Amino acid sequence: MQEIRFHGRGGQGAVTSAELIAIAAINTGNSAQAFPSFGPERRGAPVVAFCRVDDKKINIRAKVYNPDVVIVLDPGLVELLDPSEGMKDGGVLIINTKKGPDSAGKIRNSSIRIATVDANKIASEELGRVIVNTTMIGAFIKATGIISIDDIREPLMERFGAKLGAKNLKALERAYNEVVIKE
Amino acid sequence: MSTVRRGVEVSIAMADAVAQADVDVIAAYPITPQTHIVEHLADIVAEGELDAEFVPVESEHSAMSVCCGSSAVGARTFTSTSSQGLALMSEIFFIAAAMRFPIVMALANRSLSSPLSIWNDHTDVMMVRDAGWIHIFVENGQEAYDSIFYAFRIAEDPQVMLPVAINLDGFILTHMVEPVVYEDNDLIKKYIPEFKMKNTLHPDHPVSMGCFAMPEIYTETQMSREAGVVNSYPVILKAWEEWGGLTGRHYKPVETHRVEDAEYCIVTMGSFGETAMEVADQLREEGEKIGVVKIRLWRPFPFEELRKAVLGKKYLIVIDRAISFGGPGGPLALEIRSALYNKKGAPSIVNYVAGLAGRDVSRKDFRDIILEGKKKAASDDTDGFILYGLRG
Repeated sequence: MQEIRFHGRGGQGAVTSAELIAIAAINTGNSAQAFPSFGPERRGAPVVAFCRVDDKKINIRAKVYNPDVVIVLDPGLVELLDPSEGMKDGGVLIINTKKGPDSAGKIRNSSIRIATVDANKIASEELGRVIVNTTMIGAFIKATGIISIDDIREPLMERFGAKLGAKNLKALERAYNEVVIKE
Repeated sequence: MSTVRRGVEVSIAMADAVAQADVDVIAAYPITPQTHIVEHLADIVAEGELDAEFVPVESEHSAMSVCCGSSAVGARTFTSTSSQGLALMSEIFFIAAAMRFPIVMALANRSLSSPLSIWNDHTDVMMVRDAGWIHIFVENGQEAYDSIFYAFRIAEDPQVMLPVAINLDGFILTHMVEPVVYEDNDLIKKYIPEFKMKNTLHPDHPVSMGCFAMPEIYTETQMSREAGVVNSYPVILKAWEEWGGLTGRHYKPVETHRVEDAEYCIVTMGSFGETAMEVADQLREEGEKIGVVKIRLWRPFPFEELRKAVLGKKYLIVIDRAISFGGPGGPLALEIRSALYNKKGAPSIVNYVAGLAGRDVSRKDFRDIILEGKKKAASDDTDGFILYGLRG
């Protein structure tokens, strides 16, 4: 089972990221869960969302405490919190930042891989707005291989429609190609 | 017939099931965490995909009043609420059962004020435990989807004619995206044919419903209600048996996991059951002879099935998600203790209350509860209840 935690700010679409990955995994015959850290929506405040993917039925109804993968949607959050908290050794931390993996922030866990991508730049160029939730899925796919770009196509189109879906897919593919992974 | 497996939010799957059940009337007022269910139903009706009346009432009291009215004329009726909404509608909630209206409700379980909290526990449903409804608990999205169909099937059975509440843990289930297998409409139509109520309100055939009762008759009306709830039991079993035959998904009043050769068991209700199974499997690998007992049917309470599952076991660790203040424990533990009192081979019972108002109960928490509970039971430390994870 792969457990994924998302750090974002209210309104950035962390929950949508989690849901799209879960739906893509379910469509390929896997089991998955996607859920918010339940609470009142607060635009701009730090929020957390979770996702689990497994090839068998998932029987856990609790938050993710020891993620294999952590995705940080907002570059500023690495200054506020340690996104590597609780991560499994050998896990991968994927951060939206224009800095490279070596200067990504205060990350205490040294036994994880770090991947960075300038998702703000990609989203602003491809979508015209700095909404990075779908862009970051591209980096996630490249860094983890838990799902493929083919798997995410249909859920993207269903969620955003053909026109906006295609734009999101392009941003996602750019992040897939541009992400820098430090082993 | 074909099925479709989808990744979908559980609330949406439930609303889709209500549409597939071809309901005639939906009356509901939005309240967290039930809102997505009725919002999606409002969409479905507005888009013309379901030929039903969606009545956007001004309160939950009115929601249940509308449901009683529509049910009285023989319309298949659905509603959904949570917490304060249930509290506000409670006056009419009791009347719906007394007047034998086969309404189906999705009750997205949530704590009650005060302090104000929108998160999950079972305080709301326990408030209406004795209202005379049939109460069923589900533990995942598939069960939530399936429950809509068998709930109408049970409620509308001429031998039953009672409202059914489907209890699902708020947020933990309502806001979860997970796989759900959708059944074909033809299968659903076969399983729940069009509802034809025997005695309806109709201007051409006047009847009285919900009359005044003198002391000379009130007692008898209550016995009739008691018999109605108790006699729904075989109908519930049959509805589940047929659903299992059609879909391969089988339901029982008391579900068990690795209980047969277990030395002791953990007893849960609702979505606790899944994490409990996961942790029990881990503990089994470490040599703990533990099983999981899950109460699906809360009313009518499945006394015989429970006894069959647990008599002869050494210990039971019962986890509640509500408190009966000043009472001897959580509502589930009270029931289990009563059901086993003075029975030969009754286990010693330890009661934990956990997960109040959405406090997460992790795998580690379950592990601690099970191992600590076993020790307490072994040393006869079984009075009252333990509020797990209480701070400071």
